[in-house]
Parts: sequence; C-alpha cells; structure tokens
Amino acid sequence: MPNPSMLGLIRNEVLKIHRKRRLMVVSIILIVLVSMFTYANYRQIEKQREEQGTVDWRVDLQQEIIDTQNRLASANVQDEFRQILEFQVQQNQYYLDNDINPNYPGAPTFMRVFFSQGTTLVLPLFIIVLMADIVSGEHNDGTIKTLLSRPVRRYKILLAKWLTTLLYTSILIFVTAVVSYAISGIVLGWDGWNAPILTGFQASPTGTFSTDFVHTLPMWEYLLMSMGLSWLVVAAVGTISLMISVLVKNTATGIGIMMAVLISGPLLTSLGSNWDSSKYLVNVNFGLHTYLEGQAPPIDGMTLPFSLLVILIWSMAALAYAFYHFTQKDVY
Amino acid sequence: MEPTLKLHQLTKVIGKKTIIDNISLDVYPGEVFGFLGPNGAGKTTTIRMIVGLIKPTKGNVSICGYRVDKQFVQAMNQIGAIVENPELYKFLSGRENLEAFARMLPDVDDKRIQEVIDLVDLTARIDDKVKTYSLGMRQRLGIAQALLNNPRVLILDEPTNGLDPMGIRDLRLFIRRLVEETGLSVLVSSHILAEIELLADRVAIMSRGKIVKVGTVHALIEELASTVDLHVTNSFEVLPIVQGYEGIDQADVVDERTIRISMNVEETAKLNRYLMERDVEVFGLERRVQTLEDLFITLTGGDHIA
Repeated sequence: MPNPSMLGLIRNEVLKIHRKRRLMVVSIILIVLVSMFTYANYRQIEKQREEQGTVDWRVDLQQEIIDTQNRLASANVQDEFRQILEFQVQQNQYYLDNDINPNYPGAPTFMRVFFSQGTTLVLPLFIIVLMADIVSGEHNDGTIKTLLSRPVRRYKILLAKWLTTLLYTSILIFVTAVVSYAISGIVLGWDGWNAPILTGFQASPTGTFSTDFVHTLPMWEYLLMSMGLSWLVVAAVGTISLMISVLVKNTATGIGIMMAVLISGPLLTSLGSNWDSSKYLVNVNFGLHTYLEGQAPPIDGMTLPFSLLVILIWSMAALAYAFYHFTQKDVY
Repeated sequence: MEPTLKLHQLTKVIGKKTIIDNISLDVYPGEVFGFLGPNGAGKTTTIRMIVGLIKPTKGNVSICGYRVDKQFVQAMNQIGAIVENPELYKFLSGRENLEAFARMLPDVDDKRIQEVIDLVDLTARIDDKVKTYSLGMRQRLGIAQALLNNPRVLILDEPTNGLDPMGIRDLRLFIRRLVEETGLSVLVSSHILAEIELLADRVAIMSRGKIVKVGTVHALIEELASTVDLHVTNSFEVLPIVQGYEGIDQADVVDERTIRISMNVEETAKLNRYLMERDVEVFGLERRVQTLEDLFITLTGGDHIA
C-alpha cells in the first residue's frame, strides 16, 4: 500500500485517542450506569413479586393499563401528555390482545430499553467525551503545526479524523451492547433473543393511532434496527462535534457548546408543539426510537424519513463547513 | 546551482496590517542560512508560510522547485521543520511519535526511524513518554521528526530556546555535521546574534516584516565592528562637519557629546586628522563593536538622520 495511506492516518488518530484512555473512561461510566439500572430493575421485579405474589406479565400489563386509565380520568393531565398516555393504553392493549409480552424478562429487553433511553443523551455524551478534542486538542498542544506541515493534504487529515469518529461510533455502540447485555444478564437472565416484539404502530400528535402496519419481529432483529438508529444519532453528534472542534480551538468551550446542543433537544421537544418549525432543528430529531416504538413524535409532520433527512442534512452541512474551514484557514 | 528554498516577493497582510512585506530570498544546498531578527519581526510568520500553515497574500515559496501553494505534497516531501517549538504528542513515547509521523511520509521504514533516533542520540529514552523529556530532548526529538523524510531543506525556528550552553554547542556541531554529510540546506531563525554568528554561512536580518540586510556572516561582523564613537563638546555642531568627510557611510547623533559613525575603521586616524584640520575638539575616538540591537537601529531606524 502506498504511504501515506488513509489507513495509516486513521491508525494515528486511533493511537492518539487510545493513549488518552478515553474509551476506558467511557466504558467504566457505562459499567457503573448499567449496573445501577440493572439493580433498579431487579428491585422493581422484587417489589412486584412481593405485592402480587406472582410475576405474570399479563397481570402486570393489565394493571398498567388500569393505572394509566386512572391517570387519564383525573383532570390535571396536560393535553399533550394525555395523548401520549392514550397511545400507551392502546399499545399495551394491543400487546395483551395478541398475547405478546412487551417486557419479556431478560438481558435483550434491558438492551432494548437502554438503547431507546440512551440514544438522546447518554450515548451522544460518550462520543463527545471520546472525540471533542480530536481537532481542538491538536491546537491546544500545538501539534497541529507539525501535523499540517507534513506531505499530506489537509482534507485527507480531516477525512481520517471523521472516519475515526465513525469508527469510534461503531465501537461505542458495540461496547454499549456488550456491557448492557453482560451485566444485566447476570440478574435478568440471558435469553430472550427470539422473543417477539411489535413494531409499526403509527401515532401522530394530532391524535390518530393506527395498528394497520404492526408486525412482529424477533428481539434480535428489533435490536439490530434499534442499534442502527442509535448509530446514526451518535454518528451525527460526532460529526457536528467534529465541526465544533475545528471551529472552536478551546476544547472545554467545544464540549460546552455540544452539551448545550444535546440538552436543548429534549427541552425544545417538551415545548416543541407550540413552535412548529423547531422540527427542522437537528437536536429535536434525535429521538428516533419513538418511531420504532410507535410513540407519538413531539411535533406533527415528523416521521422517520423526515427525521433521518433532517439529521443527514445537518450532518453533511456540518461536515462540509468543517472541511472548508480546516483546509482554507491559516494556522497560527 | 539551483536554490533549494526560494521565497519570491512573499507578502502577508492581515486586516490592514502588513505583517510580511515583500520578502525575496534564496537558500542554496549545503548552506546554513541564519534568519535573524528581534521578536515580532516576522520570522515565525515567514516560516509558517514556507511550510504552508499560512497562505501568503502575495508572492510564493518554492522548495526544490515545487511551489508550496500548488504542489504542497511534493514540496513538503523535501522539507522538515520545527515551527516555534518542537510540537509532539506528549502522551505518546518518542518512538510512537516518530512512527506516527512516519506514516504520513512515503517510504519511511523502521530502519530509518532507528537511524534518526541514533542520529539525535535519543536511543536511551526513546520509549519513554515525551512528557517526561527535558526541553533539550524534545528539541532533539523534534529534529529527528523533521529529518525522517531525508529532507533537502531543514527549518529550525529558534532551536536554541531552552538549551544550556553545552546543548547549544552540541546543536551547532550537529547541524554542521549534518550539512557536511547530507548537503541539505538549513534555515535557522534566532534573535541572538552570537548563536547565528557561529552557525550560519549567510544571514538575513529581518525587522518589522522586511528583510533589511542579506549577506555573509563575515561581512556582517565586519559591518558590526565598523562603527566609531566620536566624543566632542557639541554633537549637533560637529555633525555637518563629520558628514562632510567622504570616507564615512553614515553619522548619527547619539547624545550631545557623542556622534556614532559607520565607516571603515582602518581610516579612523584619517578622520581624526580631518577633524583637527577643521578645529574640532576631539575628546575621544572609540571603535565599537555594535550589538545586534544597534545594528537594527542603524539599519531601520536611523533613516531620518542620514
């Protein structure tokens, strides 16, 4: 292979990240988090067993439906939240009618919930921890001067950094899958890969709920789809983070900006139905799992293809600007 | 002989300020070229333009005939540089740093890496993390990195920063040996005359973004020594008389009782006789070796008097 090769450049980037022990830090945080959630999950099961004397999921689900309906009956439920609860009732009823346990006990179900809940905040946070200083760090250390005065075109160096971001996105998803399966399995059991799960519910904020396209999937297939969606979100966050890292030479500032982007997403979502065009913001679209699970999206007009397109356009724009800035600007 | 490094009317304007003003320069194979100037003169900015970190507003840089702006990769293949400080990854070992930068070059194998390690004499500590290195060791690692690709041009920006006198001497001998063995060109920047004096064959003096003088070190030293301080009762009265003498290059009033004269110092006695003939009371004639700072003043700031 002719040197300097793209593979060699990526290897350099991996070496730098590896030596900063970032993946180890992220893995440790992940292990602590998953252990805590697993324990919480375990306590919940114990409590149910005490109260009901049984762990029959049908009894459980029936109870949940009744609980939700009771909440709906009370007056002080916001309209938007009411909608979500109503969909929940309908979905749970559908599961019950088809004799499918939505919370089949076991590590794969834990993984499903963890990926669904972790995609908007925890996993993006991890990719920021891993990648935030991939360009700005070179400025902080001054190594950017050595790096950019070598016989390699600047766009190739940034391309290597971006591909490394995608590589670490994949590694992050993989490590999350392994850690959440391994730790939760100790308590919840290891099986459930083939448990059926339903997807294809169609809900909209205007109030329609359709089961026309509902179909059953084995858990492993559902998980693959779920992890794929997580990968897309994390890759998008990594790409935007790369651009911030190019623009903002100070790593701490860069991390601050990315945190603001992430946190304002859910915040806007909870207010979003009043501001319609916020659906074109990238951070409002990170909750891709709502489509898979058949919950109503925060704003009318949002669908899976819509959200994917918004994420793609924002990512590509961020990438294009990062390349422009990185290849054209003077380095001091 | 073709120059290995050629700056052609290099200019950099930032905002409305001209940082580098129309610099042209040729450096030839086997030559150690000194780049001399006070801090802020524009030496580092010029070096950044040579290695492509900054784009010139006007003019261009060629390395072995390759234009940095048009044939960046070919040009960089011929050059090795330390810009400002030897910037390497502190969290990696010396060897890992060299291996990483070797992967950015064509055809650098482990044998070559070991060669440059031996060359800069870092073998004992090469597998330690760079953050444990002294500044001198970092300099040497930086030079090793710059030499990986067998460059035709080596650029060292203030290489003696942080070195002790022994280290400076070692570096000088090292560069001399390197030039003799490989015939490469070395561009060394410094703000200390004494360093450049012993090291460089030719020197460019830079001030406020301009090259004010280019010449051999020998000629420069001669010029630096060719100043005479004339002590009289009233400098301002005597100045026109001194300026009337044909054998001087320049005469400036230093203070009320002193006139500084640039001239061939061998003619001091003749000047003395000339002044005596015109009834000038001379209290003293003193040959001075100028400091570099004095030279800058003479070269750049003394225009309005002469």
